[in-house]
Amino acid sequence: MGEGQPALRKSEVAREGARPLLSVRGLGIRFKTTQGIWQATRRIDFDIAPGERVGIVGESGCGKTITGLSILRLLPGNFAGLDGRILFDGVDLASCSARQMRAIRGKRIAMIFQEPMSALDPVFTVGHQIAETLRVHSNVGEEEARARTLEMLRRVGIASPERRIDDYPHQLSGGMRQRVMIAASLICGPQLLIADEPTTALDVTVQAQILELLRDISETSKTALMLITHDLGVVAETCTRMITMYAGEVIEDATVDEALVRPLHPYTSGLLRSLPHLSPRHGRLPSIPGRVPSIAEMPAGCRFRARCAHATKGCEAEQKLQDAGGGRKVRCWRFAELNLPGALHPPDTSASARVARQ
Amino acid sequence: MTAATAEPRRDAIISVRDLQVRFQTSDRRATVKAVDGVNFDVRRGETFGIIGESGSGKTTIGRALVFLLNPSAGAILHDGIDPLALPRREFQSHRRDYQIIFQDPNAALNPRMTILASVLEPLELARVGSRTERERQAREALERVGLPQEFGERYPHQLSGGQKQRVVIARALTLKPKLIVCDEVVAALDMSIRGDVLNLFADLQRDLGLTYVFITHDLAVVAHISERVAVMYLGQFVELGPTEEVAERPLHPYTIALLSAEPRPLPSSMRQESRIVLQGEVPSPIDPPSGCRFRTRCPHAQPLCTERVPEWRELKPDHWVACHFADRPNFSNN
Ligand SMILES: Nc1ncnc2c1ncn2[C@@H]1O[C@H](COP(=O)(O)OP(=O)(O)OP(=O)(O)O)[C@@H](O)[C@H]1O
Ligand SMILES: Nc1ncnc2c1ncn2[C@@H]1O[C@H](COP(=O)(O)OP(=O)(O)OP(=O)(O)O)[C@@H](O)[C@H]1O
Ligand code: SF4
Ligand code: SF4
Ligand SMILES: [Mg+2]
Ligand SMILES: [Mg+2]
Repeated sequence: MGEGQPALRKSEVAREGARPLLSVRGLGIRFKTTQGIWQATRRIDFDIAPGERVGIVGESGCGKTITGLSILRLLPGNFAGLDGRILFDGVDLASCSARQMRAIRGKRIAMIFQEPMSALDPVFTVGHQIAETLRVHSNVGEEEARARTLEMLRRVGIASPERRIDDYPHQLSGGMRQRVMIAASLICGPQLLIADEPTTALDVTVQAQILELLRDISETSKTALMLITHDLGVVAETCTRMITMYAGEVIEDATVDEALVRPLHPYTSGLLRSLPHLSPRHGRLPSIPGRVPSIAEMPAGCRFRARCAHATKGCEAEQKLQDAGGGRKVRCWRFAELNLPGALHPPDTSASARVARQ
Repeated sequence: MTAATAEPRRDAIISVRDLQVRFQTSDRRATVKAVDGVNFDVRRGETFGIIGESGSGKTTIGRALVFLLNPSAGAILHDGIDPLALPRREFQSHRRDYQIIFQDPNAALNPRMTILASVLEPLELARVGSRTERERQAREALERVGLPQEFGERYPHQLSGGQKQRVVIARALTLKPKLIVCDEVVAALDMSIRGDVLNLFADLQRDLGLTYVFITHDLAVVAHISERVAVMYLGQFVELGPTEEVAERPLHPYTIALLSAEPRPLPSSMRQESRIVLQGEVPSPIDPPSGCRFRTRCPHAQPLCTERVPEWRELKPDHWVACHFADRPNFSNN
């Protein structure tokens, strides 16, 4: 991308004292298409600390899924190249050998998807599939693998697992299948779990069960969680940090509370303001005009410019993801002068004032 | 159903009485009770929300309301009359007043037809006015939904999801309906444009005096747009009342659980910690539990709940519920 290999600065590493488990630097992904090479994402930088729960949010097509897949080098066949580095516990996953990758994938980094049916093999029992994952990565006998599978099924909240372990995927409900996927992904005790829209296909009451499970497992096993979702509520309930993407770039990185109360990027702010809230409000919803530019017509400079109410002269310059203090990052040069409203309505009401009114 | 609402209210644009819709399973061995005894009125000019989880029967009700499928039992009255009793011709023209819009705009638009041709189609099928008159109406409908003139010559793939949904709305508007059933109409749209489309629905209602039945599984959407809301579980209504009442003083344990399960984009200082996480999953509508259908997941279930079907009763003015114990103090913790 002509930016060279960005170095990891000491100050970045030192954030909150913990050495990051995952450090993504300058990640960009290209695809071959009939219209030539497409740059789907670019200049993606972020860290995930051990045991940390990070939400990756953004609209359809902004690059969340391919960022997750690139960490495991599971990109689709027409993948045309990758820039940057993906440091996982000191190993660069972007350049390590296929053998090294196989040893990490499924064992130290696991991934779960939106539709568990497509990830489970219909011809094998769920118990077999979970036990296989374990046996591929470690030296355990059949009996022990079965015992640990039962234990894991119990752990993810499947009632009477001895009766379920020999079921086939189609015999389970959607929520149970997602639990089975989670059990399979956790059986080797990974340090990082990447979950791509794990609850989008589920009902809210079942979603609440699965999110609680993910939170609980990450807390008790110190498994870091990278939760990909377009639902800001899901992030608020589950994660401690939120990374917002727009048109193939990271545009904001902050703790969930900071991002919700005082977003620094006009897009994050617009998104939060446009959400209908549970309390009845029959007024007009603020909305962001226009639409996300397509890859083929990506503008130079700030990619949000055509929709941004704060665009001025200067915004046509390339925007860097810059340090905003206190560990926050934002890709907007005007962030310090803009005082943007967050998720609370009306914008100037402080959280405490609102609570006091109730 | 008690006698209180057996007579349609005078302002009822739709009255639903003891509605049942059953389907055969694909192997024809069993019957799915998709909608099993539902009663409500939709009032002229209001937005009536229906929420509930997947498979609870929302879409089936929506399709029945506009006679895309016929009730297995019970009645649906439009403006006090039973459309099924009308002569065929009259039935066809009557149906234009009651439109339905679905989630996926791609399924509703022919990719090989221009936007204008798509919007013209229902007018042509209904043989309304002259060709120029029809075209004028179609263009007017496009303008109403906020699409510039030149969009008429475009094809669906040249439009964004939100723009395509606007076209589908324009198409429904050309026949000047009185009521539109909106089934998950914003679910497929990106979050930053959902607000836009919801605003459009509100504008059209104000300008054209439309009535909506708004079906969604998204509580925030339903709370935003509806005056009244019904909560569905396994083919039945469990609660119905003014949105504000249902959202802030829910009476049914399922509604309470649903509200508490909804993930809210709020900072940690404002989130309530006491979440009710329901155990288990929705039973099958082929073989629903005896007594109260929610009893297999209800944190308050008693022996009575297995034995007796709870009565559908108006516990507070305009606020209906089907639960034996909904009137117990402190039942709902609020
Ligand atoms: N195999 C591919 N070939 C070409 N382009 C692709 C391919 N896979 C993804 N893309 C493009 O890369 C961009 C990012 O896709 P990605 O699937 O990561 O989006 P996403 O943020 O996960 O969206 P969603 O919320 O819809 O899942 C999109 O513009 C998409 O069209
Ligand atoms: N044509 C059909 N034949 C057989 N069963 C059907 C048919 N249509 C719906 N059903 C069943 O009826 C029940 C209610 O379905 P319906 O589509 O009304 O639910 P819904 O509340 O709209 O769900 P969702 O939120 O998933 O759209 C489900 O169990 C469904 O499988
Ligand atoms: S750089 Fe300019 S256009 Fe981009 S988000 Fe900031 S203010 Fe808006
Ligand atoms: S009738 Fe019984 S089982 Fe049903 S909702 Fe009320 S308390 Fe729960
Ligand atoms: Mg995705
Ligand atoms: Mg439906």
